[in-house]
Amino acid sequence: MIRVTLPAHLRTLAKVEGEVEFDLEGVVTQGAVLDALEDRFPVLLGTIRDHVTKKRRPFIRFFACEQDLSHESWDNPLPEGVLLGKEPFMVVGGIAGG
Amino acid sequence: MSGVRILVGTKKGAFIITSDERREKWDISDPLFAGWEMYHLKGSPIDADRIYASQTSGWFGQIVQRSDDGGKTWNTPGGEKIPDPYDPPGGGSNKFVFDTSEETGKPLGTHQAQDGTQHPWEFKRVWHIEPSPADLDTVYAGVEDAAIFRSTDGGKNWHELAGLRGHESGPNWMPGAGGMCLHTILLDPNDPKRIYTAISAAGAFRSDDGGKTWRPINKGLSSDYIPDPTAEVGHCVHNMAMHSSKPGTLFMQKHWDVMRTDDGGDNWTEVSGNLPTDFGFPIAVHAHEPETIYVVPIKSDSEHFPIDGKLQVYRSRSGGNEWEALTNGLPQSDCYVNILRDAMAVDKFDSCGIYFGTTGGEVYCSPDSGDKWIPIARNLPKVLSVEVQTLT
Repeated sequence: MIRVTLPAHLRTLAKVEGEVEFDLEGVVTQGAVLDALEDRFPVLLGTIRDHVTKKRRPFIRFFACEQDLSHESWDNPLPEGVLLGKEPFMVVGGIAGG
Repeated sequence: MSGVRILVGTKKGAFIITSDERREKWDISDPLFAGWEMYHLKGSPIDADRIYASQTSGWFGQIVQRSDDGGKTWNTPGGEKIPDPYDPPGGGSNKFVFDTSEETGKPLGTHQAQDGTQHPWEFKRVWHIEPSPADLDTVYAGVEDAAIFRSTDGGKNWHELAGLRGHESGPNWMPGAGGMCLHTILLDPNDPKRIYTAISAAGAFRSDDGGKTWRPINKGLSSDYIPDPTAEVGHCVHNMAMHSSKPGTLFMQKHWDVMRTDDGGDNWTEVSGNLPTDFGFPIAVHAHEPETIYVVPIKSDSEHFPIDGKLQVYRSRSGGNEWEALTNGLPQSDCYVNILRDAMAVDKFDSCGIYFGTTGGEVYCSPDSGDKWIPIARNLPKVLSVEVQTLT
């Protein structure tokens, strides 16, 4: 079971409360988790990654197991804690402003 | 019962303000899409229950929302949760991709950046939504970087009308201070193939073939802030307005100057007349008097507030040139707000109501064509847009 947490605005948009959970088969990479998330919640298409280029939007960050995965390759496997469902894969709206 | 619904877009959410035809008592909704920048909301002229909203965020990008019950509930067309995860995803409502296809599109190309270099077109947000008066599911969107998109399925899928962005003058377009936005779309009610748009800072454009091809319509405009003041493009048009009974007559609030055309934009003449300053953002036309127009003079392009702290709407009953100040009920001291380009609208009651919102979060209504003004909301976030639905 993969657990994903979303920023509050995206939870509202996707009409979900709390974490999103789903099973994934095969090698569980960051890209695979985001693909699965967007498949299940098409309204999130374009809000986390660009529609066309699939690049991460500039103020979005990905954290898991106390690591910043934002700059990792989509194809890198996620940390074991995420694969085992012990830790969530966190989609975060970066802090900006002042 | 007849009534009025005011759609207010703000920097931190949208609000719906309602009243009956008397327009004396007002109800303000809780914030919709709280925390998001709501550039524009607009209802269909065919079905008042159909409302579109542009919801945008520096974090999460662009969403188009749609209501089919007058704003009670909202959905993202094409963004519905798919029961079977193995179906292909939809999610078209927020997909604004410039058309570079060989069949209908134009090469992406570049436009001029403020530093003078050429910059590729990049989609940023939807500034203006214009539902069709002829077909319920057809709706247009004006976006930044300047382009026009159309949906024919109620907002599920958007396709660029690329002839505009691909116009040969495109590389000379440059962002205004607020971005290079297409902020005005006027649809000729008598000729479905005629569309007017305005872009900051490129100018006004017209299509006579339903959006396939476009031409600049800026003859008569003069702008001292560009090297050739009467150039074909480069003018910072702030807003345009049309009365449905005279679709060949357009009124324009330019960066400086109030203008009019009576030949569909082929020739413009200045009608600033006795205005105390002809800088401003919105312009509106009375619902029943096509030669009665409204502007809100702003001191200058660097001092975006009323002269001497006195908020004054100006009305011309002669299509321009002769203007009168409307002050009854408006603050006449210490008022330093701005009124943005899409933040003025009119209702269609016999006694025409005029509405505008301020960057200070007030929304004002005049139920009698401007003679007296009543604040119907205070302390909202910065108002970005105001639209009115007259419910009968």
